[in-house]
Amino acid sequence: METLSLLGGGMLDALTPMNLAWACIGVLLGTFVGVLPGVGPAMAVALLLPVTYGLDVTSALIMFAGIYYGGMYGGSTTSILLNTPGESASVMTALEGNKMAKAGRAAQALATAAIGSFVAGTIGTLGVIFFAPPLAEFAVQIGAPSYFAIMLLSMVLVSAVLGASKLRGFLGLFIGLAIGLVGLDGSTAQPRAMLGLNQLAEGIDVVVVAVGLFAVGEALWTAAHLRRKPLQIIPVGRPWMGKDDWRRSWKPWLRGTALGFPFGAVPAGGAETPTFLSYVAERKLAKGGKGREKFGEGAIEGVAGPEAANNASAAGTLVPLLALGLPVTATSAVMLAAIQGYGITPGPTLMTDQPDLIWALLASLLIGNALLLILNLPLAPVWAKLLRIPRPQLYAGILFFASLGAYAFRQQPFDVALLVVFGALGFAIRRFGIPVLPLILGVILGPLMEAKLREALDLSSGDLSGLFNEPIALIVYAIIVIVVVAPLVWSRVAPTATPTTPHEVLEKDRQEVGS
Amino acid sequence: MSTTSPEAPTPAPAPEEKAPERGVDVGQIVFAGVLGVAGAYVVVDATSLNIGFADPVGPRLFPYVIGGVLIALSAIWIVATLRGDRAEPEDGEDVDLDQKSDFATVGKLAAVLVANVLLVGVLGWAVTGGLLFAGAAWSLGSRTLVRDLLVGVVLAVLSWYFFYVALGVPLSPGILDGIL
Repeated sequence: METLSLLGGGMLDALTPMNLAWACIGVLLGTFVGVLPGVGPAMAVALLLPVTYGLDVTSALIMFAGIYYGGMYGGSTTSILLNTPGESASVMTALEGNKMAKAGRAAQALATAAIGSFVAGTIGTLGVIFFAPPLAEFAVQIGAPSYFAIMLLSMVLVSAVLGASKLRGFLGLFIGLAIGLVGLDGSTAQPRAMLGLNQLAEGIDVVVVAVGLFAVGEALWTAAHLRRKPLQIIPVGRPWMGKDDWRRSWKPWLRGTALGFPFGAVPAGGAETPTFLSYVAERKLAKGGKGREKFGEGAIEGVAGPEAANNASAAGTLVPLLALGLPVTATSAVMLAAIQGYGITPGPTLMTDQPDLIWALLASLLIGNALLLILNLPLAPVWAKLLRIPRPQLYAGILFFASLGAYAFRQQPFDVALLVVFGALGFAIRRFGIPVLPLILGVILGPLMEAKLREALDLSSGDLSGLFNEPIALIVYAIIVIVVVAPLVWSRVAPTATPTTPHEVLEKDRQEVGS
Repeated sequence: MSTTSPEAPTPAPAPEEKAPERGVDVGQIVFAGVLGVAGAYVVVDATSLNIGFADPVGPRLFPYVIGGVLIALSAIWIVATLRGDRAEPEDGEDVDLDQKSDFATVGKLAAVLVANVLLVGVLGWAVTGGLLFAGAAWSLGSRTLVRDLLVGVVLAVLSWYFFYVALGVPLSPGILDGIL
C-alpha cells in the first residue's frame, strides 16, 4: 500500500498543468520523431535530449517519459505503413502489419498496435512500479563485488548471447570500454587515453557518443545507400477496429505483455526475442476461423501480440534501469545517459535518494501512455503524411538537430567535432556489422565497473578474494559461466542445425512456408 | 576481467542468394587494424600512469586489460577476415544494400559537417546551422537550393531563439551579435 501512496504523490506532481503540458509535448515530439522513416526509438530519444536541457529535473524527466513511449509507438507506425522496419524490435510487427495495410486494413493494424501498446505499456509500467522498488531495496544492500559481477553479466549477455556474431559483439563492447577510459582517472586524476587533448579531461559525454552513433552514423550510412526508388506508402484514415478485431486482439495483447515484460526486465532482454516468441505463439494458436485472414495474409493477431510484447519489454527495461542503473537496450542506454546528464547518479540508491523524482517519472509514464492513445488515434493520418517527407531534407534535418544538440550542451565547436568523429565510427560499425548496443553499454558501464572493482579490491587490500566474498557475486559468476558454456556444450551434444537465434528460426520458417 | 575469450568466429555468414564480390574484405582488415592500433595506444598510454598510494588496483589495470583484449580481438578479426569472414551490413528503412556504396555523397556530407565545426565558433549557430541544413540536403541530392537555404535559416534562427527564450541557453550569436 505504501507503493500506492507514493504513486499517488507522484501523480500529484505529474498532474500539475505545467508538467502535464511537458508530458504532452514529449509524447507529440517523441511520436513525431519516431515516425520519421529511418529514425528508431534510440535515435529519437538521443536527438530530443537537448530539448530538455534547460528544464528542471522533474519536468525534464516527465517530458522524457513521453518522448520514450512516443518514440516507441512512432516506430511501429513506420513499420506497418512502410514494409521496412528500421528496428529489430519492429520486424515482427511489420510482417503481418504491412500485409494488413496492403489488404486495406491499415486502420485496423494501426489501431491494434496503438491500443495494444497502451494495454501493454500500462500493465508493464504497473509492473515497474511494483517490481523496481523491492529490487532496488535489495540492490542497495549488495556490495561492490556483486555489483561488479552483475555488470559483467550484462556485458557478457549483450555481447555474446544477443546478436549474430560473438566476435563482433565483443569488438563493440571493447571499443565502447576504450571510449569510456578517456578522461581523467576517477581516483588519481591522471589523464588517460586523452590524445593530449585537454577538452577530453571530463571524459567523453555519453550523449555525444549516442547522438554521433545513432543519428550522424545512421545519416551517413543511409546516405551511402540511399534508396533511390521511393517506397510505397499506404494511405490511412483514422484507426479503428471492428468487434471481431477486438475479439481477436485482446488475448494476443495480454500474451504479448506477459512475454515482453520479463524479457525486458532481465538484463539479457531486448525486444527482439519476446516479439519473435509472441509472433510464433500467435501463429501457432491461430487456427484460422471462418473468413479470417491466415498468418502470412495479414492476421491481426500477428500485429497485436508482437506490438504488445515490444512495448511491455520497453517498460520492463525500466526495472533494471531504475533499480540497478543497468541499461539493457540501446534506447534505455540513451535514457540512462539522459538521467546522468541531469546530474543524477543512477544505481540502486536512486529510488531512496530521489523518491519524488522517480515516482513523478513513473506516474508520468502512466499518463504519457494514456496521452499517447488519446493523441495518436486521431493524429495517425497526420503521422502517415510524415512518411512522404523527402529524404534529402529528412537526413539534413537529422544532421542539423544532432549538431545542435552536441553544440548546445557546452557551446564548444570541439564537441561538434567529436560528434562527427563518432558519426564516422557509427558509419564504420554499420558497414562492418558491429552491434551498437554492446558499444554504448561499454561506454556507460566501463567507468562504473572500474570504480566498483577498485572499491571491492581496496576493501580487501588487493586480495582477489574481495571479488568473491558475497554470495550474490558467486551466483552471478555461476550464471555467466552457464550462459557462456551452455551454448558450446549444446552445439557439441546436438550438432544438427537446430535453429537457435530468432533470425535462424524465422529463416527456416520462411522456407517452410515458401515450400 | 573474466570475460571468456570469444570463441573462433562463426565462418562467414555466407550470403547465398546474392553473392557480391568474393574475396577478402580489405576495408574490414583496415578497420580491424585501426582498432588494434587504438588498443596499443591505450596500453602504451597507461604505462606512464603512476599508481596511487594505497591503491591496489590503480589506474593501469583497466587500460591494460581493455587495450590488450582490443589488440587480441583485432588480430582474431584480421585472421577471420583473411579466411573470408564478411560483415552483414545493417539494413534500414531507407537503406538499399543492393546498391554500391555511394562515397561521393558521404564525402560531401562529411565536408559539410566539418565546415560546420570550423565555422560555428566564428559565424554562430544561426548562420552555420542554416548552411549545414542546406549543404546536407544538397549533398543528398536535393536540387531546390534556395528553398533549402530558406528552410535552414528559419530552422537555425528559430532553434537559436528556442534555446534562448524557452530553455534559457544562449547560444553564441557569432557575427549576428546585436541582430538576434
